Amino acid sequence: MSAVAPLEVRGLTKHFSRVHAVDDVSFELRPGTITALVGESGSGKSTVARLLARLHDPTSGSVLWEGSDVSRVRRRRDVVRYRSEVQLIFQDPFDSLNPVKTVRHHIERPLRIHRMVPSGGVEERVHELLRTVGLVPPHEIAAKYPHELSGGQRQRVSLARVLAVEPKVILADEPTSMLDVSIRIGILNLMTRLKREQDIAFLFVTHDLASARYVADDLLVMYAGQIVERGPVEEVLASPLHPYTRLLLAAVPDPSNRLRAERIEERRGVAAAAVDPPEGCRFVSRCPIAVDVCSQVTPGLVEARPEHSARCHVTAPDPERTT
Amino acid sequence: MTTLMEAPVEPRTHKPALLELRELAVEYGRARAVDGVDLDIHEGEILGLAGESGCGKTTIASAVMQILRPPGRIAGGRVLFRGDDLVGKSAEELRRFRWLNVSMVFQSAMNALNPVMRVGDQFVDAMRAHEKIDKRGALKQAEELLELVGIDPRRVRAYPHELSGGMRQRVIIAIALALNPELIILDEPTTALDVVVQREIMQQVEALKRDFGFAVLFITHDVSLLLEFADRIAIMYAGEVIETAPAEQIAVDARHPYTQGLLESFPPLSGPLERLTGIPGSPPDLRNPPSGCRFHPRCPHCRPDGSALYARQTTERPVLLEVAPGHGVACHLVEERGA
Repeated sequence: MSAVAPLEVRGLTKHFSRVHAVDDVSFELRPGTITALVGESGSGKSTVARLLARLHDPTSGSVLWEGSDVSRVRRRRDVVRYRSEVQLIFQDPFDSLNPVKTVRHHIERPLRIHRMVPSGGVEERVHELLRTVGLVPPHEIAAKYPHELSGGQRQRVSLARVLAVEPKVILADEPTSMLDVSIRIGILNLMTRLKREQDIAFLFVTHDLASARYVADDLLVMYAGQIVERGPVEEVLASPLHPYTRLLLAAVPDPSNRLRAERIEERRGVAAAAVDPPEGCRFVSRCPIAVDVCSQVTPGLVEARPEHSARCHVTAPDPERTT
Repeated sequence: MTTLMEAPVEPRTHKPALLELRELAVEYGRARAVDGVDLDIHEGEILGLAGESGCGKTTIASAVMQILRPPGRIAGGRVLFRGDDLVGKSAEELRRFRWLNVSMVFQSAMNALNPVMRVGDQFVDAMRAHEKIDKRGALKQAEELLELVGIDPRRVRAYPHELSGGMRQRVIIAIALALNPELIILDEPTTALDVVVQREIMQQVEALKRDFGFAVLFITHDVSLLLEFADRIAIMYAGEVIETAPAEQIAVDARHPYTQGLLESFPPLSGPLERLTGIPGSPPDLRNPPSGCRFHPRCPHCRPDGSALYARQTTERPVLLEVAPGHGVACHLVEERGA
């Protein structure tokens, strides 16, 4: 576990009218560490990334950047400074690049806006960044337009553009889900290398547990707007506490399932974001191990094992509560 | 030189072939998206078709349905349904064939529902376009079909926006079942959904297949899903089928370096973690495919060492050879080593 967290999230909450997209989410991102945030569509995981990128204002809670709350900063100078250190990459490398501009243009722009290098050094820095993300030969790639690149190459351009401002934190929102499986690994390996060589803190938002395990150090599991389990990735996947994490694990395609013929239970209830959620555990309608208290009291995130917490009355009971 | 038998590779099943593709070729202008594909689907089986984007897997589905859009056209070969060639049939014959024998669920089909029409009416429309049935009868059948795919039958009155993505996808599958087809083509039916919903839908398709006995052509880039749910798997690369075998055999004994690369692109969920490499490089431009084996520029077993093997890899197109019963591979290495 290394150094001070440059980015710390405390009690972060975002409601879109009656929808509780994000409820009381806390975690920190540390240098040289990849934190994976997993959950199904509608769980609120992308909203967390967007709150951290200052694309939304939170309803309550705070985002602490080197100790000061940036969740509501409005002054352009402050926003620009924050964004030069905390960068977001999107799921769709087809949408996030301008089709009529060359690769060079995309990478030069942040270099100039944030005055990263003297103007004489821009060209050289563009080439250096392209080499860093494995796009060679850089002078050829720089002259290309997005449509001349494959999906994997475009996602690498997105990464090079983000790296141009030398960020301390990268928020990667499903960066591989639009890519072919054969190309995903390359992007994941690149993230691992950047974390090691440049000490970057990554938030890796994904629905793919196997990718999360492959690159991440820590794992956050989100369900209906809340973090339901957190801990070191190997520990959580080897011995998950929350029944939702277990359900996710059981759902991953596995060739050996043919032989075991194991079947996950049919879902009861809907997983979508919580609309006016009542008191109680949000997973209760789908939970195979629920007891009476689960529909009456909202479970808190309880550290049931060292560094490993879950929101579950059954598997991670709160020692302070007696039922 | 070799004692291997030449293609076509016959699967070890005694059920008659429902659909047979014979040397199918499809062109989009100068690009040959499908180039000489032989493929059989038998009654009641799930055939998985996998490969990277642009390998031609969706084009095969469009060719079977005869819904290629210009400039796409069938440049050669035959598409036989119960022995009857679909290539060259009239528009009216094809319209009947499409719904009565085959139906297709497209990629992100859940967005194909009409947003201003109740779910039930969309069933009625589909059924009445192809069958003589009154509205009440059709609605009743719609309710039964919804129940089959695990949706509350009262949802016939719902509008699409009132349903989640997974439910909309089930509705589409239910509509595809409405005319009791013999073959259902599923093109990436679960790619936009998360794993839990994906598994539920796949389990449902499996159960429905058992009850109704239809065959499934399942198209996806996710080989791990096929390993679990398909009976047989065909792997495509750059417009060709390069390996085909029963799913269990692909899982334990994939022979083509491309198939091996695909399988090694999935990080494991348990056990030791090794650094994976994926498949370096990207698929070729089909307007100008590589000579010889189309995979040779990315193949880890192809080295410019002046050997006879290298010469064959770069100049001679490998053909699908049977290495074990029902297991075909198009690779010079396999030819070289024998079965």
